[in-house]
Amino acid sequence: MQLTFYALFAPFIAALFAPMLVRIFSHNAAWILALVPALLFFHYTGFLPEISDGGRVTGGVEWIPSFNVNFSWFIDGLSLTFALLITGIGTLIILYAGGYMKGHQQQGRFLSFMLMFMGAMQGLVLSDSFLMFFVFWELTSITSFLLIGFNHDKERSRRAAMQALVVTGLGGLSLLAGLIMIWNITGVSEISLLLGTGDALRESPFYLAAFLLVLGGAFTKSAQFPLHFWLPNAMEAPTPVSAYLHSATMVKAGVFLLMRMNPVMGDTALWETVLPLFGGATLLVGTWLAVRQTDLKLMLAYTTVASLGLLVMLTGFGTEKAIEGAVLYLIAHSLFKGCLFMVAGNVDHEAGTRDVTKLGGLMAAMPITFGAALLAALSMGGLPPFVGFLAKEEIYYGIASADSWSIFVTGVAIIGNALMLVIGFAVALKPFLGPKVETPKSAHEAPLLMFAGPVVLAALGLVGGLLSGVFHKLFSSPMASAVAGTPLEIKITVIPHLGLALTLSVITVALGVVMYWGMAWLREKMASLLKAIGWGPDVGFDQFIRGLVKGSTALTRRLQTGSMEFYVTTVFVVLGISLFVALYKADEWPQLPAIPSLFIYEWAVILICVIGLFSVIFAKNRLTAIVSLGIQGFGVALLFMLMGAPDLAFTQFMVETLSVVILALVMTRLRLLPQDHRSAYQTFQDGFIALGAATAMTLILLGVVQTEFDPTLSEFFNAYSYTIAQGKNIVNVILVDFRGVDTFGEIAVVMVSGLAILALIRILPKKTNPDVPRSENTEEIF
Amino acid sequence: MASAKKSDVNLENAMVMADPALADWLVAAPLILGFIFGAICLMQRKNVLLQTRIALFGLLLMLIADIGLFINVWQNGTVVMTMGRWLPPFGITFAADMLGATFALVAGIVGLAGGIYALSDVDSTSRRYGFYPFLLLMLAGVTTAFLTGDIFNLYVWFEVLLISSFGLIVLGSERRQLDGAIKYAFLNLVATTLFLIGVAYLYGVFGTLNMADIARKAPALQEAEGPHFAIAIMFLFAFAMKAAAFPLNAWLPASYHTPRIAVSAVFAGLLTKVGVYALLRIFLTMFPADRDELGAVIAIIAALTMLVGALGALAQTDIRRVLGYLVISGIGLMLAGLALGSETGISGSIFYAAHSMIVMTALYLLAGIIGRLMGTFDLHKAGGLYQASPWLGALCLVLAFSVSGLPPFSGLWPKVLLVKGSIDVGAWWLAAAIIVSGFLTTIAMVRVFSFSFWRTRAEGLVEIGPISREGRIKLYAALGLTALTVIAGVYPEPFIQVSDRVAFELTHPQTYIDAVFGGNQEGGGQ
Repeated sequence: MQLTFYALFAPFIAALFAPMLVRIFSHNAAWILALVPALLFFHYTGFLPEISDGGRVTGGVEWIPSFNVNFSWFIDGLSLTFALLITGIGTLIILYAGGYMKGHQQQGRFLSFMLMFMGAMQGLVLSDSFLMFFVFWELTSITSFLLIGFNHDKERSRRAAMQALVVTGLGGLSLLAGLIMIWNITGVSEISLLLGTGDALRESPFYLAAFLLVLGGAFTKSAQFPLHFWLPNAMEAPTPVSAYLHSATMVKAGVFLLMRMNPVMGDTALWETVLPLFGGATLLVGTWLAVRQTDLKLMLAYTTVASLGLLVMLTGFGTEKAIEGAVLYLIAHSLFKGCLFMVAGNVDHEAGTRDVTKLGGLMAAMPITFGAALLAALSMGGLPPFVGFLAKEEIYYGIASADSWSIFVTGVAIIGNALMLVIGFAVALKPFLGPKVETPKSAHEAPLLMFAGPVVLAALGLVGGLLSGVFHKLFSSPMASAVAGTPLEIKITVIPHLGLALTLSVITVALGVVMYWGMAWLREKMASLLKAIGWGPDVGFDQFIRGLVKGSTALTRRLQTGSMEFYVTTVFVVLGISLFVALYKADEWPQLPAIPSLFIYEWAVILICVIGLFSVIFAKNRLTAIVSLGIQGFGVALLFMLMGAPDLAFTQFMVETLSVVILALVMTRLRLLPQDHRSAYQTFQDGFIALGAATAMTLILLGVVQTEFDPTLSEFFNAYSYTIAQGKNIVNVILVDFRGVDTFGEIAVVMVSGLAILALIRILPKKTNPDVPRSENTEEIF
Repeated sequence: MASAKKSDVNLENAMVMADPALADWLVAAPLILGFIFGAICLMQRKNVLLQTRIALFGLLLMLIADIGLFINVWQNGTVVMTMGRWLPPFGITFAADMLGATFALVAGIVGLAGGIYALSDVDSTSRRYGFYPFLLLMLAGVTTAFLTGDIFNLYVWFEVLLISSFGLIVLGSERRQLDGAIKYAFLNLVATTLFLIGVAYLYGVFGTLNMADIARKAPALQEAEGPHFAIAIMFLFAFAMKAAAFPLNAWLPASYHTPRIAVSAVFAGLLTKVGVYALLRIFLTMFPADRDELGAVIAIIAALTMLVGALGALAQTDIRRVLGYLVISGIGLMLAGLALGSETGISGSIFYAAHSMIVMTALYLLAGIIGRLMGTFDLHKAGGLYQASPWLGALCLVLAFSVSGLPPFSGLWPKVLLVKGSIDVGAWWLAAAIIVSGFLTTIAMVRVFSFSFWRTRAEGLVEIGPISREGRIKLYAALGLTALTVIAGVYPEPFIQVSDRVAFELTHPQTYIDAVFGGNQEGGGQ
């Protein structure tokens, strides 16, 4: 179905037009923009009959055939339900954002980011090819970074956005490594094919590595303890963002990944230990931290963390019923959490505060919002006849049995669920019931754009529960089958059946009600406990970033000292060591050369060179050293002359003379100290390095000289320099003909040096140039 | 000294008799164009306006020549031309294979973008004293270094580009610039000198300077006595230093932030990559056996280079310095492919090199624009740009994510190739280094974005004005490069095809040897 291809791009295209539409229609542009996700939702409903009959749909086009990467999609129960949640809730959220951000200067930009995020999320769940999955995965991180940092003038927003990007971005990179590893292990790079590889992954020796890398992606994205801290901080974003990212989309991506991998990675001791452990810890930490909050959004955020923990725990538990429970809870959570976030937004928008202690008695002013909130809270609390009830019953069916591990997990689930009920009711009831409290704004009902979303979601939670047969057939059973890897049929209804699960449900509700009464006390205790601990992963994040910057600064200062001596020393130490190691490794030591038989005057010239060198080293001042260097150079030139290379000798004389003159001139201009002071230790060290590097170079040279020289080139030049090139002096012919291009380049070098010197002398530095910003440092610091 | 008589010479033994195809001249075109237009600019140096137009026309023609050459090589394989018609290995051979042609093409793009940006960045005094001639000659040097098939000739172009870049870096004569220029020039001269000594040693052992000739003689000679491995190490050292690989990278952070932005930008795009190119050419075409020996060493250098670079970027508070360190980090990634030696790895390196040339240049150009708007490059004082220009913010984000290797921009794919290449051979720690350095780069670049765009401008600083009409020219240069990174990110297929081809040729050096010697294994003069 090629329509899906366009569907994958549609939100991004809509995002392009959002700013323009908002400019024309102001906030009513949301009605037009919401058509895009609505149409997508409609498109995906078309797959329902086929998928609910156990079918799977794949499709795609070639994207990077050179790398075996396709742009391909894979629709089964899992991805279809997710796609419907993303586009369905997305439609409501776009409408909601139209009302919530009404009159905001950057509403167009906001809607544009929202649509881009939607596109990324949609692509993530539908991707078939690994790399496409990864691309969309990282796109959700990037777009959520833009959304969380939307109120960018607040430092807290910027920090939250950075934090989310750093944590989820790192997780994404881990996931990339994991996916590539799976690709290498199984030889397939598409999810639909991976699901058919059976035990290949589980039996691979690299299973542990792949497992940990995939977990790195899932746990960061789905905010598992101790990486949960970015999620509550992300509440700095405008409420539509929270309602969307933290109910059905972004944070569920990690759970989606685990559910996807369950058929091929699950069912191992590792999977069934690590997932429940981290999930359970996250559930408990999330709920207890939620109790402590007074900000409506933060309370919801922490219960989101808790819910994600519950989902991870269930996904890893390993029974079919647990998976069914996870699937039901995931859908229920998306509905009620989306609704409650929007409710919190409505309260904030209309009453001017989100602090639960400063709210009360809004029922009369905001009856519709209250109605939606109440329904959602009942679902969240797991009461019949809502979808939340189905989920909780199925969870207890799935995990409750007699062995100690199950009892432990069940205990965690009961405490977690009870606390979630507490929070759900605190959010849904506290602001609305009781005596009217004076709020910063005088509250009245939110506009249609803003209550449409909560009402629809709350109602769906009820309808789904009542029509559980249809609900299971279309959504939960196909999804559970996809997660389990075998066909499952969920049968649970809202009619309570006496049994263990119901008993546990009753215990949960009773516990919840008790804790609801004692909530003020609990909050106080939690607050003092957290104060006593004083440290959390959130503080740890700051310490990590600060430590990273400090550590890099210290490292960079050491490596980049700004001192030329240090750089040169490094270079020659590395040179000496690497050449010696090379000679040693390849055993390329030269043979000891025989003492050459030279005439006495040749020895004399060599002696002059050596004397020249010694006087360079021991010269009292720099000028003497320069002249002594000239002596050595002249000595070498003399040797050339004696060995029969007059052209070379002549050139060498010229170069040496010029060098001495130029160096002496530069010396006077640079105003260096006339003497070169070094401590004895320094002298020894520098001398050692210099001698070491020079010895290595000499050894190689000796080795080169000892090999037999291949005279092909010389013979050729000899043969043809007169006959073809018409020159009797072979050196000249080489310079101007055989290797004329070299000479051409060298001439350019001489000319450009001249020009550079001209520019250096003629251009006077400007004192200040306001147009061209300069940093104040005149010296290099690090 | 010449022995034979002129009359009894058979030209066919010494010279290429067939006329080169007209299209083959493209291999020399960047050199010819660069020098001719450089010379004309020098003659017109007083007439700044005319000189500028001539220079831009020249840069454009060079790019067109690069494109032509690239297409020619893509369709017909390696283009070979020996100067003076002497048979290889006796004359100087230019040989454009896919590696050379690709690097030359990207260099042409970078050069033109830098030239356009300079229109409103480089003052008329600097132009009068040779900005454009230096730029043209440097570009000619860089491009020809990619195209020459003779190792001593390669040295010559290294010298040309070094001295022209020295001219560019000192233009302005500020103290700070001179400090940077001295460190740059001196340390680079050390590397170049070592390269020269290495060439001399190499000639002593091989008796030839033609790269293809060396390549075909290498397997036999490496069995024989002589310090071949030590010579290979000398080249590794010299070019690693040129490429600013750790621990020989000190010259780059010491100098790249000092000249004008247009200059820093073309430096970032061109100079270190010549070092990378030379390493690829020497260790893949000429001495593949030594590469196999050195794989682990190069991998360690690569990993350290990417990490030290990324950490360095994180430590900086001057935007230009941040970018300088990111250039270094990128070099590590290019070396990773060389370390792996597999086609996937090398393909990743090539793609990454092209990506890095474009994106680092664009980032410097962008830094210049935002630096001028804010009046500072200091991140402590930065802020308020988002309000002033949200589109500039979008540009900054695209480039930041691109250089960090996040989708959907061009940095992602080469990194994926390199990570896959590493995991293929079990070098998980190299894959980890690639991933961690990308992560650190993300933090460094997002900090730059957050500080200069998101943060509100501190009280008491000059109001940020709109981008001037002149400034818009700069924006176009940056935009053009950014468009490339987006295209390569969203539809990487053609780019991967090219880098795969390059990688195939490099792992099959016989194709290069055959192209130079016309498939005749004996070659001339044997």
